[in-house]
Amino acid sequence: MTLSTDRSPEHRQGTGSAAEPAGGMDASENEPAVGADLDAPLRFGITAEDYMLPARQQIQMVEPTGLLKATEAQGTQPGHEYQLPSTDVLLDAYRHLVVGRRVNDQNSALVRQGRMAVYPSSHGQEACQVAAALCLSKGDWLFPTYRDSVAVMTKGVDPVQTMTLFRGDWHGGYNPADHQVGIQCTPLTTQLLHAVGVAHAAKLRGEDTVVLAMCGDGATSEGDFHEALNFAAVFHLPVVFFVQNNQYAISVPLAQQSVAPSLAHKAVGYGMAGERVDGNDLVALMAVLDRAVALARGGSGPLLVEAHTYRMQAHTNADDATRYRQDSEVAEWLDKDPLKRMRTYLQAQGLLDDAAESRIAEEAEAVASQLRTGLGEDVPVDPQDLFRYVFSAPTTQLKEQAAMLADELARDAAPQETESAQ
Amino acid sequence: MTTITTSSEANGNVSAATARAAQQAAQKSQAGRAQPVTLAKSLNTALSDAMAADPSVLVFGEDVGLLGGVFRITDGLTAKFGDQRCFDTPLAESGIVGMAVGMAMNGMRPVVEMQFDAFAYPAFEQIVSHVAKMHNRTRGAIKLPIVIRVPYAGGIGGVEHHCDSSESYYAHTAGLKVYTPATVADGYRMLREAIASDDPVMFMEPKKLYWSKDQVDLEALRAGHEADGGASSEGTAAVARAGTDATLIAYGPSVPTALAAAAAAAEEGRSLEVIDIRSIVPFDDETVCASVRKTGRAVVIAEAHGFASVSSEIVARVQERCFHHLAAPVLRVTGFDIPYPAPKLEHYYLPGVDRILDAVDNLQWED
Repeated sequence: MTLSTDRSPEHRQGTGSAAEPAGGMDASENEPAVGADLDAPLRFGITAEDYMLPARQQIQMVEPTGLLKATEAQGTQPGHEYQLPSTDVLLDAYRHLVVGRRVNDQNSALVRQGRMAVYPSSHGQEACQVAAALCLSKGDWLFPTYRDSVAVMTKGVDPVQTMTLFRGDWHGGYNPADHQVGIQCTPLTTQLLHAVGVAHAAKLRGEDTVVLAMCGDGATSEGDFHEALNFAAVFHLPVVFFVQNNQYAISVPLAQQSVAPSLAHKAVGYGMAGERVDGNDLVALMAVLDRAVALARGGSGPLLVEAHTYRMQAHTNADDATRYRQDSEVAEWLDKDPLKRMRTYLQAQGLLDDAAESRIAEEAEAVASQLRTGLGEDVPVDPQDLFRYVFSAPTTQLKEQAAMLADELARDAAPQETESAQ
Repeated sequence: MTTITTSSEANGNVSAATARAAQQAAQKSQAGRAQPVTLAKSLNTALSDAMAADPSVLVFGEDVGLLGGVFRITDGLTAKFGDQRCFDTPLAESGIVGMAVGMAMNGMRPVVEMQFDAFAYPAFEQIVSHVAKMHNRTRGAIKLPIVIRVPYAGGIGGVEHHCDSSESYYAHTAGLKVYTPATVADGYRMLREAIASDDPVMFMEPKKLYWSKDQVDLEALRAGHEADGGASSEGTAAVARAGTDATLIAYGPSVPTALAAAAAAAEEGRSLEVIDIRSIVPFDDETVCASVRKTGRAVVIAEAHGFASVSSEIVARVQERCFHHLAAPVLRVTGFDIPYPAPKLEHYYLPGVDRILDAVDNLQWED
């Protein structure tokens, strides 16, 4: 392995495929893959490259200060145009954002109190969490990672049920089919392929389901990332791949995962469209993801959206982020906080008054209280559950082992009888 | 595009009486319609019948479409059912299995082909972390009725990475059923059972037996499956040859070898019973132990490396359950603990009749 000493942005731009002239994508030269969406660029009046490559800048609608940017400064360009979401959509998203922040902080506190085993917090990434769930319609599927608890709850799963794995239980809590949410996935990017399969099955049945599959920046190095994007593209499936680039895979920074011009640029290699968006700008996220979902539902094939954000806290409570990053770097991102930005924006637009703010705060407090109560309760465990669901019906071998454990427990429960019998 | 409708109740309940009547009818007609059939043909017929019976059954993998698979097991399925139900994927095994997981989550019954045993390893994470665990981690809410077909084992003069016996990896993983047919009839029957199963099945096909032929009545097998959905035979071992002096326990590619050894032993006056395991997971302790308790001696035969393998497990189970019936230690004839050898050398590695008979001779007959 070579350790490149030249990872400057200038160098990276120079090696990017974006600089290459239009050429190999001509449909007349190459037999298009089944279902490749060569009509899309025509529809937008742009070249295939301009359709697939992300816009030159990331999409940002609201500045970190909370100021709405002028349309021409939002990063859009022909074929990459985004509508400002409606007031109702933004207020609802803000409500979920406030709840999401409260959920993150409550769960971290519960871990410190020993009431939960572990919690990978999405503190700082809540705008991504909220937008990922809200851009979907009823019946659409979400495939989250372990850091996406807030997205899972935003999609409608009960908060306490969502935390089942993190409180140390043996199962995922919720039924994925109830809210079309996969169980939060730990082996990186493996869930992206499940998203592809769900979309494929839906397409074969002629349903208009869209699937949003989440992963992080580190996960883009995994083989399943490549296989999932390629399968989705080849089979022309309605999957939105949503990468939360929070700059770190535990301790390893993005520069050691990829030297691509951006993660969104990877899309062009699969023949799909990519886009970059400010991951701390809820307005831009809603605009970009809403459009991606609409395009996918309309038959565009898969899309890749990279959100530029930051993991404000350590990987989990078991991690020590001071070993690999500077406080000054974290402080810079404090100024870009998605919640503060959204609140300032809504207030400046006259969309959020004190009454609304306190209603939302009450709602967030109610969810936090639900978590405290729910996770404070002892959930009785049945050791026989260990055997019950390994197969749809227990095998003879599992029945024997279940009987052995039951016998052990029966003897433990009645030690005195055993003694007196002797 | 045409769309596929699926029913979640693919396997309706059939009354026991109906099942018995159909089986009897099937048996009656069997003598007349049996003809030479290869294992490849019986597997192909099972896939075709399962696809015809249930529109949610899909077949995909590498080269399974127009080509019909490198072993031709999926021959004609695309022509018959269209390229939405039998299709080629990009060349990526983790992608194939991972996509199958999502499809199964969304109402399909995918049957995927791993082109060769050793080519399945990129899918190992999906198989171990998701295929095997989804039912458990969702407390049974999500079932994954996936069949992963793996042409496996050697004996065909294959080059490296084409002859692995990989069954032990899967058998060691909780949540996977592991089937391996050794006869043409079992090929049909067990593949239909695997596709009908609500649990994921690793379906290990002994590639050296693909072109072996038996007298088989496929119509009768079809009727038999349709009558009871495989409920009567699923997960059971079979007595492949009855005998009284010792038991040879084998599966997959080793079953014909064990039968040849039993035939040779019979000429020398020794009566060997041969058990065909058929279903490695779940394991049919009852049939195996009934035989060993009767004969008092056993040799386990497998092509895979012996160390930490399915054959080790069988020996352990037999001695735990049959110790007081044993006249000799349970012995094994397995592959050596080496990478699968090159074609010029594989005959040294494979369990053969002589090595099996040597093991039988060592079962302490003098005592």
